[in-house]
Amino acid sequence: MDIIKSNTAINFMGQRKLAVVFSVVLILLSIGSLSLRGLNFGLDFTGGTLIELSYSESPELNDVRSTLTDAGFAEFTVQTFGSARDIVVRIPAEDGSEGGADLSTRVLEALAADNAGVDLRRVEFVGPQVGEELAEQGGLALLYALFGILIYVSLRFQWRFAVGAVAALVHDVLIVLGLLSLFQMSFDLTVVAAILAVIGYSLNDTIVVYDRLRENFRVKRKGTAIDLTNLSINQMLGRTLMTSLTTMAVLIALFYFGGEIIHAFAYTLIMGVIVGTYSSIYVAGNAAIMLGVSKQDLMPVEKEGADQPDTEVLPERFRQG
Amino acid sequence: MNKFPAWKYALLIVALGLGAIYALPNLFGDDPSVQISSTRGFELPDEFPAEIQRSLDGINIESKGIDFTPQRLLVRFESTELQARAADALRERLGDEYVVALNLAPATPDSLRAISAEPMVLGLDLQGGVHFLMEVDMDAARAQQLERFVSDIRLVLRNSGIRYRSVRVDRNDIVAELRSPEDREEASRIIARDLPELTLENRDGSETYNIQAQIDETVLQELQQNALQQNITTLRNRVNELGVSEPIIQQQGANRIVVQLPGVQDTAEAKRVLGSTATVEYRGVDEQNDPYEAQRTGRVPAQSRLYFDRQGEPILLSRTVIASGDNLVGAAAGFDQQSGQPNVVVTLDGVGARRMLEHTTENVGNRMAVVFIEHRPETEIVDGEEVRTTRRVEEVISAAVTREPFGRRFQTTGLGTATEATQLAMLLRAGALAAPMQIIEERTVGPSLGQDNIDQGFQSVIIGFALVLVVMAVFYKLFGLIANLALTANLVLIVALLSMLGATLTLPGIAGIVLTVGMAVDANVLIFERIKEELRLGNTPQTAIRAGYGKAFSTIADANVTTLIAAIVLFMFGTGPVKGFAVTLSLGILTSMFTAILGTRAVVNLIYGNRKRVQALSI
Repeated sequence: MDIIKSNTAINFMGQRKLAVVFSVVLILLSIGSLSLRGLNFGLDFTGGTLIELSYSESPELNDVRSTLTDAGFAEFTVQTFGSARDIVVRIPAEDGSEGGADLSTRVLEALAADNAGVDLRRVEFVGPQVGEELAEQGGLALLYALFGILIYVSLRFQWRFAVGAVAALVHDVLIVLGLLSLFQMSFDLTVVAAILAVIGYSLNDTIVVYDRLRENFRVKRKGTAIDLTNLSINQMLGRTLMTSLTTMAVLIALFYFGGEIIHAFAYTLIMGVIVGTYSSIYVAGNAAIMLGVSKQDLMPVEKEGADQPDTEVLPERFRQG
Repeated sequence: MNKFPAWKYALLIVALGLGAIYALPNLFGDDPSVQISSTRGFELPDEFPAEIQRSLDGINIESKGIDFTPQRLLVRFESTELQARAADALRERLGDEYVVALNLAPATPDSLRAISAEPMVLGLDLQGGVHFLMEVDMDAARAQQLERFVSDIRLVLRNSGIRYRSVRVDRNDIVAELRSPEDREEASRIIARDLPELTLENRDGSETYNIQAQIDETVLQELQQNALQQNITTLRNRVNELGVSEPIIQQQGANRIVVQLPGVQDTAEAKRVLGSTATVEYRGVDEQNDPYEAQRTGRVPAQSRLYFDRQGEPILLSRTVIASGDNLVGAAAGFDQQSGQPNVVVTLDGVGARRMLEHTTENVGNRMAVVFIEHRPETEIVDGEEVRTTRRVEEVISAAVTREPFGRRFQTTGLGTATEATQLAMLLRAGALAAPMQIIEERTVGPSLGQDNIDQGFQSVIIGFALVLVVMAVFYKLFGLIANLALTANLVLIVALLSMLGATLTLPGIAGIVLTVGMAVDANVLIFERIKEELRLGNTPQTAIRAGYGKAFSTIADANVTTLIAAIVLFMFGTGPVKGFAVTLSLGILTSMFTAILGTRAVVNLIYGNRKRVQALSI
């Protein structure tokens, strides 16, 4: 069974102006949302205390709040987490954070005194200095990953492709961040991991298309860069969709069955796979074309006496005008 | 013809066989068990297992087996009920000297353990437990050191009869004010001789002649490293008391300590115990009176106090403290240069040194003892109410004869073994004045959440895996089934590698495995799509297979290397659980290259390779 018809010849690059407009609009919307709404930074980056508790019977959130107020807590939020029986108490980082780690103990004691059926599920306390470091490390990790990839792709292909690949990655990361900001998903360390995985995934897709493009540049005698890009994307379309399908399948399993903690992680990856699939079709090839990639860039250095690669004629359906 | 040389098959069979064997221990689950270790970290005696066996026989509890190393003894049981009964009985029998802790020991059969096949280590988010990141206050440690040098300088000057106006800390330096240039010259000479750790400089005050002293940067760094090590030692001692089965206490960076306590559920208790303090005191031994008589009659001479040593023997010590932990600068175990015997070299600060010199000058030939004092926080139930108290525990850890007068540096010999010397040094350091420490990160996962995380993680792996199997079989028929075989082998290899490397499996690590399952088939998708394409171009099935595998290879390699770059960056920058994700993702990429390319090709060759004429491929 084929996921697409074998003679598919969608003129992707014919819509490339439209795609550019679409991508630019998405990126502008993302930047807009990021600057207006910002990211909903999780505890890892803001510092503070989070306590997850499980009750034997669904508690009244207002009762929990008043218990905590009575116990002398001023600033806190109480929310249900996953089910009505599980709640999360969040306390922002105090200034100076002296003895911040004791907060969780005090919260637990106050709530356990009120209701015997409380089970401690999780405590996370992050001091402000740690939060700053984690944020810095997360940002650095993204930059280093992009840089490492730029170098590798330059070595293996050509700088135009490297720039194209990184453009596609920046495009993907910006839009995923924009979506996280738009839906105010909690942005924590696992989400940074997910974004790096998105980078890996999207790049995988891009490289596969580039690889084919390089091959086509070398073996096809005729055809413009646009024709060949179109051909390559079409040839790889089946693979691109299949891999997106299997990856989506596991991500959906992770999203629905992986539990609350893994939610934001799975969500980020699902967004990333969708955006990454789009970008490897429309953005990566487009960027290489716009940068003026040409046959000469990819021709292997001719060795005397070496066999020339087989040449094939570009199929009729890919010839334009 | 598509045939593989025999060595490729052999390689595959060996790799998969080893993979299967090393993945196997993960299937056996855990034995409820009781772990016994010494409270003070001493080695357990060789006859200990037999003794425990007798105790268990005495109360009619049958064990599944006893594992023994000098550090710890592990008794396995059939059920948690037996485990709990045995733990209570053993705790009562063994008393304070030993820690009896409940533990879950992997039930790996001996045959597998013999080839060091062990199950994966579960992260704290999966088995429950406490993670603390503690920061040692280095500013305070530096301030302590400066104060120590101030008192040392005062002492040195006083001992050599040089009069000074003041010696004080001035920001990061020490300033000594002297009355005349001659005094200053003399003082500089003596300080440089006695305290070589200081760099001296002359500065003139308004009416005084000053010396500005700086602690050498290398010395300072060493002192800070010592401060950190000392805190680690103290934490180790505390953690022993909690009876945690596999604690991790490690330095992280220049001034941080990671403490991981798997299985600890009462974090409040853990924080209290980690926060407890200890000190040591040097006291002269009262040699005039008989401690046994004092113990029997209860009449202790007025100038003495009754103490007990580790064996429970009584000893009478003077009420006057010669030096305490606050005066202790360092204690290191080593070997005496002359006799070659194990020793402990102790360094005191100026104040302690002066008092020590006074005492030892008058007490040559008498014994001097070291008392280890701990303030242990305890929780007791009184009338149904929880009452928190601190219990002061005192114990004489060493009593040695003073051979000659000494002050700042001295050594204790006659310790028997090197281990004993190490332990004495460790206890002395634990009792020294420590730089303050603060918890800057805490992550606690309760046992119920840990189990939920395992269940949910496992469930998502299974469901994701099943979905991928179905998709592949539907789209690629026989080749899809072959890819599914490879995917299964891939999963086994990931688990085997994780087990062999002793890597910790975390919830994000499981997510990495799930993601790998989805992405690992990519290599096969690439190959199969290429084969289909080659078939469409009119190539024969055999050629199509060869061309499909051949042409897809560089694409697969490029695509995987770039993903690997992202995973490695994540590994370098990630902390804790996120690192687990990077590990499983990287391993998954590597193993998938092996199974998806070599593995599937082997099976494809077996099926199609030997046929002369293949009409069509089931793809």
